[in-house]
Amino acid sequence: MATVEIRNVRKSYGPVEAIKGIDIAIQDGEFLVLLGPSGCGKSTLLRMVAGLEGITGGEIAIGGRVVNELDPKDRDIAMVFQNYALYPHMTVFDNMAYGLKIRGIPKAEIRARVDKAAEILELGRFLDRRPSQLSGGQRQRVAMGRAIVREPAAFLFDEPLSNLDAKLRTQMRVEIKRLQDRLGITSLYVTHDQVEAMTLADRILVMNHGVAEQIGTPLEVYQRPASLFVAGFIGSPPMNVLDGRIDDRGEAVLVPGGQRLLLPQSRPTDAGRPVKLGIRPEHLAAAAADFPGGFSIEIELVEALGADTVVYGRLPDGEALLVRMAGIPTVRERDRLTVAPQDGALHLFDAVTGRRVE
Amino acid sequence: MQRRVTFDNRLLPYLLLAPQVAVTLVFFIWPAANAIWQSVHLQDAFGLRSEFVWFENFTHVLGDPNYLDTLKVTVVFSIAVTVLAMGVALLLAVLADSKIKGARAYKTLLIWPYALAPAVAAVLWIFIFNPDIGSFGKGLRALGYDWDYRLNGGQALVMVILAASWKQVSYNFIFFLAGLQAIPRSVMEAAGIDGAGPVRRFWTITFPLLSPTTFFLLVVDVVYAFFETFGTIHALTQGGPGKATETLIFRVYQDGVVNNDLGGSSAQSVILMVIVIALTAVQFRFVERKVHYS
Repeated sequence: MATVEIRNVRKSYGPVEAIKGIDIAIQDGEFLVLLGPSGCGKSTLLRMVAGLEGITGGEIAIGGRVVNELDPKDRDIAMVFQNYALYPHMTVFDNMAYGLKIRGIPKAEIRARVDKAAEILELGRFLDRRPSQLSGGQRQRVAMGRAIVREPAAFLFDEPLSNLDAKLRTQMRVEIKRLQDRLGITSLYVTHDQVEAMTLADRILVMNHGVAEQIGTPLEVYQRPASLFVAGFIGSPPMNVLDGRIDDRGEAVLVPGGQRLLLPQSRPTDAGRPVKLGIRPEHLAAAAADFPGGFSIEIELVEALGADTVVYGRLPDGEALLVRMAGIPTVRERDRLTVAPQDGALHLFDAVTGRRVE
Repeated sequence: MQRRVTFDNRLLPYLLLAPQVAVTLVFFIWPAANAIWQSVHLQDAFGLRSEFVWFENFTHVLGDPNYLDTLKVTVVFSIAVTVLAMGVALLLAVLADSKIKGARAYKTLLIWPYALAPAVAAVLWIFIFNPDIGSFGKGLRALGYDWDYRLNGGQALVMVILAASWKQVSYNFIFFLAGLQAIPRSVMEAAGIDGAGPVRRFWTITFPLLSPTTFFLLVVDVVYAFFETFGTIHALTQGGPGKATETLIFRVYQDGVVNNDLGGSSAQSVILMVIVIALTAVQFRFVERKVHYS
């Protein structure tokens, strides 16, 4: 049980700066997800917390103690690796007991702790097996068990579910969530899967190119993305982004197709400012052909997902526009369709920096 | 599941096997059979007549107290060479596997000794250890240590052990390094997070995971020490001084080629063959149990 504080942490490989100053204080018992595309530095940041990578600049504190110079073994953390990293020559029991034996914990207590973890993870029948005799999901659970028995100050997860098939991944995701709720141990979880991030996190840190684009609860990140990058990364299919300009009275956004979309409140100071206009596909709905501010699209492709339908449309000026509708398809390819954004569905971003315009 | 390769032509598989079978027949089965035949015969000095003598050659060899001495030298020599060659190779491989500058250069240089012919290697060792001209030998004498492997049997044995091990270190090194590189880094990291320091990590994770490599090298190195060190010993000490560095394989040559006792020499060959086959069988029977194949 502990807080984890990351203060202006940097990492350079020679002249290349992989992490450019990350700041976040993780509360005791909080579940923080580090989310971002490959190469954004999220795994590197996690490995710096673990002590597997050196820290170029800044400070990391676990439970109020600065750990920059400490070995991984002295940081009181447990880690679950993407490839599980089980000890192949040891039984499931020995895999889980290894860290406890090293710490000189009495045999009876090791037995008790491993048995308890095995019960939670339903591994009781497999304690005498070797990892090679287990399925992917079972190995994943052993890796979790090895972390649990240690009763560490913090759990670190490095894309733990990405080697599992889709069904098992959903199942394990729920199990991880339940486990963390039950144990209440501070957790850092690295993933590139936004669904994992949205469902598991108390807060999400969205990373790109070594920078924290946004830190917030899953809903904050979805409802008020702080940048075009976050807007495009969270949500599926991704947010539509159109070039636009705020009109001379600061009351609406003009897009090249000629539409005039009213802003929720007028912003005279921004009159004439070029912006990027973001609209989520699920916030567009079919409308009458002459609806003011409606977009007329030609439908190129219709994806029926069952519960909902994704429509790939093209605006008259050639821009793509995605629409996500509930239910089975009511339109066909090559149809023309007019769609309009729901109230309050507009996101404005600075045309140059890509930061959100409030 | 086993995959099965099939051939359309019934002769082709035999044709493909033929070269290997021919090599085995000509260079192993035939000489071995010859050795067994000769080991139960006694030949006259001119090789004109030979007489079937049952196991007289064997009783003669095994009854010779000198032969027991040779056996002792061989045991000491083989254990020392195997342990030294494997230990040093493992140490070097572990060092070369860690993140160091110029690791590639080290790895290449460490493999070179394997490419040297035993006789050439032996000459190098003479240049180093010769008490009159060798750099190390002269140095030892200058320090007041009475170093002369040509007179002192113990020193001679140490030197042939060093030279024979040195040649095998390269071979072992390649295999150990490959074995080390096959261990996933995350497993070592997990052990580090679990609290294991470098030494404990080595003995509880690295070493067990290397066991298939170690076992293979144990078998190979024992066979090497028994059979393939002839060239090194011959070039360095010729089994001397006295019989201090005479191993079983060297004695086979000595008795057969130099002393012309073909029957006795063949009997020794057969004994040697039986010893090595027995040793290998023992290794597979008892040591392999502790090996973890992933």
